Amino acid sequence: MAANINLFSAWQRVLKRELLLAYRQRNDIMTPLIFFIIVISLFPLGVGPEPDMLRTIAPGVIWVAALLATLLSLSRLFGNELHDGTLEQLLLSPQPASILVSAKIFSHWLTTGLPLVIISPLLGVSLDMSSSALIYTMITLLLGTPILSLVGAIGAALTLGLRGGGVLLALLILPLYIPVLIFATGAIIATSNGFPAEAQLSLLGAYLIITLIFAPWITSYALRVSLD
Amino acid sequence: MLPWFAWLCALTLAAGLYLGLFVAPPDYQQGETVRIMFIHVPAAWMSMFIYATMAGAAAVGLVWKIKLTDTFIACAAPIGASFTLLALVTGSIWGKPMWGTWWVWDARLTSELILLFLYLGFMSLQSAIDDPRRAARAGAVLVLVGVINLPVIHYSVEWWNTLHQPASVARIDGPRIHSSILIPLLVMMGAFKLFFISVVLLRMRSDILENEADSRWLKEQGA
Repeated sequence: MAANINLFSAWQRVLKRELLLAYRQRNDIMTPLIFFIIVISLFPLGVGPEPDMLRTIAPGVIWVAALLATLLSLSRLFGNELHDGTLEQLLLSPQPASILVSAKIFSHWLTTGLPLVIISPLLGVSLDMSSSALIYTMITLLLGTPILSLVGAIGAALTLGLRGGGVLLALLILPLYIPVLIFATGAIIATSNGFPAEAQLSLLGAYLIITLIFAPWITSYALRVSLD
Repeated sequence: MLPWFAWLCALTLAAGLYLGLFVAPPDYQQGETVRIMFIHVPAAWMSMFIYATMAGAAAVGLVWKIKLTDTFIACAAPIGASFTLLALVTGSIWGKPMWGTWWVWDARLTSELILLFLYLGFMSLQSAIDDPRRAARAGAVLVLVGVINLPVIHYSVEWWNTLHQPASVARIDGPRIHSSILIPLLVMMGAFKLFFISVVLLRMRSDILENEADSRWLKEQGA
């Protein structure tokens, strides 16, 4: 990349490259999505098919499955780039690494978070959720899955190239996902009980803004540590 | 300096245990089981205190690149995890006769459990990285991320709890703490702090000796 490329076009180029790569390896996008669907369909088999029961556990089931599906896809975020050396080029480029990393995280969300948002109403219907609960499931996923990608990127950067990286990543990241889970399911449960859910949504949004500001920066620092 | 702390720790621990087990009166509601609190409460305090000191050391280490802070963080984490586990186990032993159950998804219990997860995650990250410098810096980043998240996690859990399950759980802060209980509690607190300092110093000493095994000053000392 030439040094005179301005920041935004550099950001766009990284994003374009990531999306192109994702498009060429469509399997990688499908796997977390299929995993998400399978995990959710395991729950009715495990706890029994009573609609009342399913309706109660649906928000938690969908959200826990979303956490796990995101977790699965995180190792893809920097793994290939580490092996072919692109990651070093990214960090060496004249543009601030945190901006370029944010493009990578954004493309990760577009390829894993967004499909989950889109497919979730279908799964929600199969778990007998009400229509307002379905809408809030989508809203919370829309607000929450970017957080999962952003916080997950920190963990992915820290565990880059380590043995047993996948399990370790889960151990590091899942505790940090807890607030997202609580706010999001809280919002869905509140609406399905007829209460306003603005408070939970605002908190989720606040958490999103905080991670949006700090996570790319911490991730690029963690990448430098890992590549040292 | 280590023997001083170790002896002081032994003294205060003995005093605290004596006061707690023999002098303090049994609680009018909780009976003799209240004595578990003399271990439980200081251990819970320590679990948070150690994480806070680790975060402080991590910030100092990342800014000024001091090697000693890395050693401190790595040595403090297992002790912190042990105190967290101790707090959880004693709390659970206390909870069985008091609340009639080993475990409640109470806000405090849950955040303490999550704190344990954070400690364990940090320790497994450390042990997975072979290069000590990378381990130290990655660990410091993780501790700082954890400390930013800790209040968020704590409040979200507290709030989640109030949403789901109204206060059905007995709280310690109901009856005011009498001085006959407060004094042993504070003595035990001091004992646990001294224990932490002694063990951390001991672990740091062996860690430094191991890392510097080839350096000249050590060989001259040994010779």
